[in-house]
Amino acid sequence: MAGKTLYDKLWEQHVVKERDDGTALIYIDRQLLHEVTSPQAFEGLRIAGRKPWRLDANLATPDHNVPTTPVERESGIDGIQDPVSRIQVRTLDENCDEFGITEFKMQDKRQGIVHVVGPEQGATLPGMTVVCGDSHTATHGAFAALAHGIGTSEVEHVLATQCLIQRKMKNLLIKVEGDLGAGITGKDVVLHIIGVIGTAGGNGCAMEFGGSAIRSLSMEARMTMCNMAIEAGARVGMVGFDDITAEYVKGRPYAPKADQWEQALAVWKDLVSDEDAVFDKVVEIRAEDIKPQVTWGTSPEMVTTIDGTVPTLDDAADEVERSGFERAYQYMGLKPGQKITDIQLDRVFIGSCTNSRIEDLRAAADVARGRKVAGSVKQALVVPGSGLVKAQAEAEGLDKIFVEAGFEWREPGCSMCLAMNADKLGSGEHCASTSNRNFEGRQGYGGRTHLVSPAMAAAAAIAGHFVDVREF
Amino acid sequence: MKPFTVHKGIAAPMDRANIDTDMIIPKQFLKSIKRSGFGPNLFDELRYLDEGQPDADNSGRPLNPDFVLNQPRYQGASVLLARENFGCGSSREHAPWALEDFGFRAIIAPSYADIFFNNSFKNGLLPIVLDDATVDRLFKAVAANEGYELTIDLAQQKVITPDGEEIPFEVDAFRKHCLLNGLDDIGLTLQDADDIRAYEANRRQQSPWLFS
Repeated sequence: MAGKTLYDKLWEQHVVKERDDGTALIYIDRQLLHEVTSPQAFEGLRIAGRKPWRLDANLATPDHNVPTTPVERESGIDGIQDPVSRIQVRTLDENCDEFGITEFKMQDKRQGIVHVVGPEQGATLPGMTVVCGDSHTATHGAFAALAHGIGTSEVEHVLATQCLIQRKMKNLLIKVEGDLGAGITGKDVVLHIIGVIGTAGGNGCAMEFGGSAIRSLSMEARMTMCNMAIEAGARVGMVGFDDITAEYVKGRPYAPKADQWEQALAVWKDLVSDEDAVFDKVVEIRAEDIKPQVTWGTSPEMVTTIDGTVPTLDDAADEVERSGFERAYQYMGLKPGQKITDIQLDRVFIGSCTNSRIEDLRAAADVARGRKVAGSVKQALVVPGSGLVKAQAEAEGLDKIFVEAGFEWREPGCSMCLAMNADKLGSGEHCASTSNRNFEGRQGYGGRTHLVSPAMAAAAAIAGHFVDVREF
Repeated sequence: MKPFTVHKGIAAPMDRANIDTDMIIPKQFLKSIKRSGFGPNLFDELRYLDEGQPDADNSGRPLNPDFVLNQPRYQGASVLLARENFGCGSSREHAPWALEDFGFRAIIAPSYADIFFNNSFKNGLLPIVLDDATVDRLFKAVAANEGYELTIDLAQQKVITPDGEEIPFEVDAFRKHCLLNGLDDIGLTLQDADDIRAYEANRRQQSPWLFS
């Protein structure tokens, strides 16, 4: 009998009941909650007179709407200027208090972006099923967990039943073999992959990242990659368990302690795809081929290399892609054939669930150290992923490096990744952003997003345009 | 949830691949704590010439005359014709809420993003998958005939064109059952509460660190 993939194993371990129609009831070990996609779920519970099935499986924190300026944050929820955001953040507090769910409230130093907080607390563990009403839940798959985003109806379903009705996905392996070049990060690897397979390349699949290049990556880099599996269409991204995973998890507040640690390790060691596992599809990537990536258009698949140019219509595969290119040129204010290094930047954003962990901030600070943000750049933001990341960065003096270089050092939250708070692009402005989506209007009405790694964003802030961080 | 049995309505074409959820309902409208009222802001950035604000009156805003849903011939449309990978991006259920609130009951496209596809079924919105060539043919028919109406018969799993052509489509049996009957699946899952409890007891024994 053929071996099993990591996804096969996680799936089998969580089947409560298989139904005749090919769907299965899957048990959920952890649900993360935030203010945007949960209010209607709690309201649904109230209307139906239902209670959460298992309180300790849930963990909440506000992130999407929270202001990131120290001034606004000082006064707590009352300090949120936008009244609609204020109500939403307050509603999360009220719902968690009413139902008895643990929440890291806005003033708690453990507050942050859910996908940074979960792993940081050890609330995301290998072998778990993890869900959250947010598509970037794929992040948690970096821990050999089965993690994916869900809609609000499913948030309510998990609250009420601790289960989801699921149909098994296909197995997709992205194998990255070889050594990554100096200055190449997890962000560049995943953007390169999206460029190869497209934004729908992973639809219907659980996407495992494997190969020697992945094995050598840190947990932060693996989280960045799994985070963006959804940008390739895969709800699930994952990496097999190894010593790097164990090392990261050990000692965290929610991680198993004492004798349970050894017991857990014994279980977790099997959380890898078997040697003879059969995948529905395998994509092989050579690590040496990957250069620093920059997106030029309005979809993450519209990506090229730092030494590249905006593609021409001749590069389009078909009529649908041609018209997509034409719209993107217009929206982004770019010309076909234009050099990427010629794109001038108005703002820079370092943050988001993709790239706001300590390793990301260190990489950006390394570039910023002793330099100055270009005068032509209106704003360069650094937004740590959580209060604990912020404290760690400050303990290492990274905040001072950023501030001296002319960056703004902010409080944790989703911030300019999706501009639900006050941090946003003006119409027509170009931004080098470490976030995950370059969709039209994503970072602000009419805003133009270019996705890059933290080091590339920092280098762009200093140069005022994109530059190759390897030569910087 | 509203049951979906047979629906007949005007088809409107959104001739663009990879329509993302930020396009369907921009983020500023996600601040609502309600499930309804998103219709006026569906495709907000494409539909209006200015920037929309949550909780604002949209009636006086300048409409983009070039946007398909603003054209007189597509007024009252309830079937959306789209290209591949419709609904990619975020998990926001506000996207199907907005489509449903606007008046759409069904979407026809060659493919959808997974989370959007799931979310639609939970809200009485039927996402139908047809092959590229058929979708392309429907785009042409819609363009050529004003007031082009499609009938969607979920029980029979057929899209029926005005000239009587019947186009079959696939749909998951469980989802079909829930949609036809307007069933909320939490109630159905709770019928298996004993199985969930048994699984949980076993899991607690094998992986006690997950329960604390």
